[in-house]
Amino acid sequence: MHSVVCIKQVPDSAQIRVHPVTNTIMRQGVPAIINPYDLFALEEALRLKDRFGGTVTVITMGPPMAEVALRKCLSFGADDAILVSDRAFAGADTLATSYALAAAIGKIRENMPVDLIFTGKQTIDGDTAQVGPGIARRLDYQLLTYVSAIREIDHEKREILVERRAEGGVQVLKTKLPCLITMLEGTNEMRYGDMDDMFRAARHPLKQWDRLAAGIEDPNVVGLKGSPTVVGKVFAPKPRSQRAEIIETVDNDPKNLVVTLLAKVFTQHPKLEREIERLAK
Amino acid sequence: MNEPVKKPARKKVELDPRFVNYKHVWVFIEAERGVVHPVSWELLGEGRKLADALGVELAGVVMGPPGERTRQICGEAFHYGADLCYLAQDEVLRDYRNEPYTRALTELVDTYQPEIMLLGASTLGRDLAGSVATTLATGLVADCTELVIEADSRNLASTRPTFGGSLLCTIMTQRHRPQMATVRPRVMAMPDADTARSGRIVEHKLAIIESSIITKVLEFIPDAQQDKPQLAFADIIVSGGRGFKKQENFQLVWDLAKVLGAEVGASRPIVQAGWVELDRQVGQSGKTVRPKLYIAAGISGAIQHRVGMDGSDVIIAINNDPNAPIFDFAHYGIVGNAMQILPALTEAFRAQIALARRAG
Ligand SMILES: Cc1cc2nc3c(=O)[nH]c(=O)nc-3n(C[C@H](O)[C@H](O)[C@H](O)COP(=O)(O)OP(=O)(O)OC[C@H]3O[C@@H](n4cnc5c(N)ncnc54)[C@H](O)[C@@H]3O)c2cc1C
Ligand SMILES: Nc1ncnc2c1ncn2[C@@H]1O[C@H](COP(=O)(O)O)[C@@H](O)[C@H]1O
Repeated sequence: MHSVVCIKQVPDSAQIRVHPVTNTIMRQGVPAIINPYDLFALEEALRLKDRFGGTVTVITMGPPMAEVALRKCLSFGADDAILVSDRAFAGADTLATSYALAAAIGKIRENMPVDLIFTGKQTIDGDTAQVGPGIARRLDYQLLTYVSAIREIDHEKREILVERRAEGGVQVLKTKLPCLITMLEGTNEMRYGDMDDMFRAARHPLKQWDRLAAGIEDPNVVGLKGSPTVVGKVFAPKPRSQRAEIIETVDNDPKNLVVTLLAKVFTQHPKLEREIERLAK
Repeated sequence: MNEPVKKPARKKVELDPRFVNYKHVWVFIEAERGVVHPVSWELLGEGRKLADALGVELAGVVMGPPGERTRQICGEAFHYGADLCYLAQDEVLRDYRNEPYTRALTELVDTYQPEIMLLGASTLGRDLAGSVATTLATGLVADCTELVIEADSRNLASTRPTFGGSLLCTIMTQRHRPQMATVRPRVMAMPDADTARSGRIVEHKLAIIESSIITKVLEFIPDAQQDKPQLAFADIIVSGGRGFKKQENFQLVWDLAKVLGAEVGASRPIVQAGWVELDRQVGQSGKTVRPKLYIAAGISGAIQHRVGMDGSDVIIAINNDPNAPIFDFAHYGIVGNAMQILPALTEAFRAQIALARRAG
């Protein structure tokens, strides 16, 4: 079993602040983390390795500093790590990202066939859930999104049985390897790596591939040039034209406040009053 | 988008001559086991505006197994604003599977060439949209909150939250067709159905054989619907936030919701603390809601919460901080202690409802 796990290093968005005047992102001091959704993908790949043996390779496309994220994955138990990094990749949208990652995975396959590709459900910075389906399409792998459990793998028949979260229920799907799985969050819990893995992670010779090493001849298919979407303006959400009407009474006693509130709301929204009466029945 | 990169000042962008014949606005009508996802009707409402702005037709794309029900869905699409429907009926489309749906939708696009194609950002829509956009090598903008036609270029300008929702950005696909976008359920308003409206059906025969499809559906296990919270379609929601401080105090939210026959919602910290289940989280990483009345108590109104409830008809905010951001977009506000205001509000509604009962 050879699984490739796609991970991305992202800014910890919980700590991102927007500059109140210039509306720009203040990145200084914001820690970079592994996209939390990708840990479910990595853990699932490691579990398959526990069950069936094999190899787990992690891959990311990103700036050189993303090495830290890859080493972290090695310390959790991944066997190998590849950083796909080139200035030409800057400004990639999801189409250009999936192009570069699919090309790099194509290179990985030349050395060792890939049975499964894992991605997270989505990233917390891009938030699109498009890169996984994009990679699957480009490599012509079967796509299984929002997988909540891997039930069985039949190595003889090269078949896999999974549960997938669909609208309104769970689909049980059977498909052939190789395939690409986007793992649903909350489906497993990331392990702590053991000491051996931690030492190994620190020493492991990380592979760094630039555009040509990833097998991409044409510089126009990646990065900003290879991205059909163009980001125009970035702006802060505007306040409503009017601020909330603040309800006040002379004494500001809760009872009087709410009576005043209801009188106002119901005068201005008579339909709402009838609606409340209907619902309360 | 991974990294919004600022482009230099706008230059005129030529559309590839291969794409000049791409016309009309499409909405993918998402139906599973004969049930249409309401987001499809919301998108028809939005698609109608785009089609009118461009002076083109609005089409629904209906796919499913052969049979009366699949055809009926076209009729419903007309009621919600479609001028025509492309109908693909085939046994391979019985259950949703990525491969046959991607092949079918790609074939329809290549044949009939839409300028814009919208899909719901549901599990199905995201699965399908990403695959189709990659196959067509065109741009796809996920989770849009606003769609408009740019007057001079006639391009679709799609606005979506970025950087965890702290900012919004506008994205365009200038040189490729179709321009694709997904929109989350409840972000756009549900249009009124006009049962007098009708339209034409363009049937498209597919030539996909089941033996060429690798993935098989062995089983579908439906969710037990009864006790799951249904926030997305609730008419009234009472939401509480960190202002309640202790789990016991959160009971006040439930008390008010009970009197109103409302659903209980919450901000993310409340869900993370385990006071209520994940299905009750309102916001960017939770549910988008559009009730007729949204009562937010002890919630600051962070942008990630706001994007999930901004579309509510009437928003009442209760917060002890007069400068809380929630007052920037709520309709009515009470500055005060939620622990005192909420019980008073519960009593006032109870009295009001009792009065109405006696009267009517
Ligand atoms: C990637 C990302 C995704 C996120 N997704 C979501 C999401 O989907 N939904 C969501 O809600 N959040 C989300 N958040 C979190 C969001 O940024 C805020 O942290 C969160 O909404 C704050 O919740 P709160 O308003 O309950 O708490 P706080 O911001 O702590 O606000 C508490 C409020 O209660 C008021 N208060 C205190 N005591 C009282 C009292 N006695 N009476 C009345 N008022 C009182 C305070 O004045 C304050 O305004 C997300 C964040 C990130 C980074
Ligand atoms: N630059 C990247 N490098 C490696 N994997 C990525 C990258 N961007 C996205 N992915 C993978 O694709 C998934 C979906 O990302 P997104 O489409 O950005 O929401 C993530 O959870 C990752 O597994």
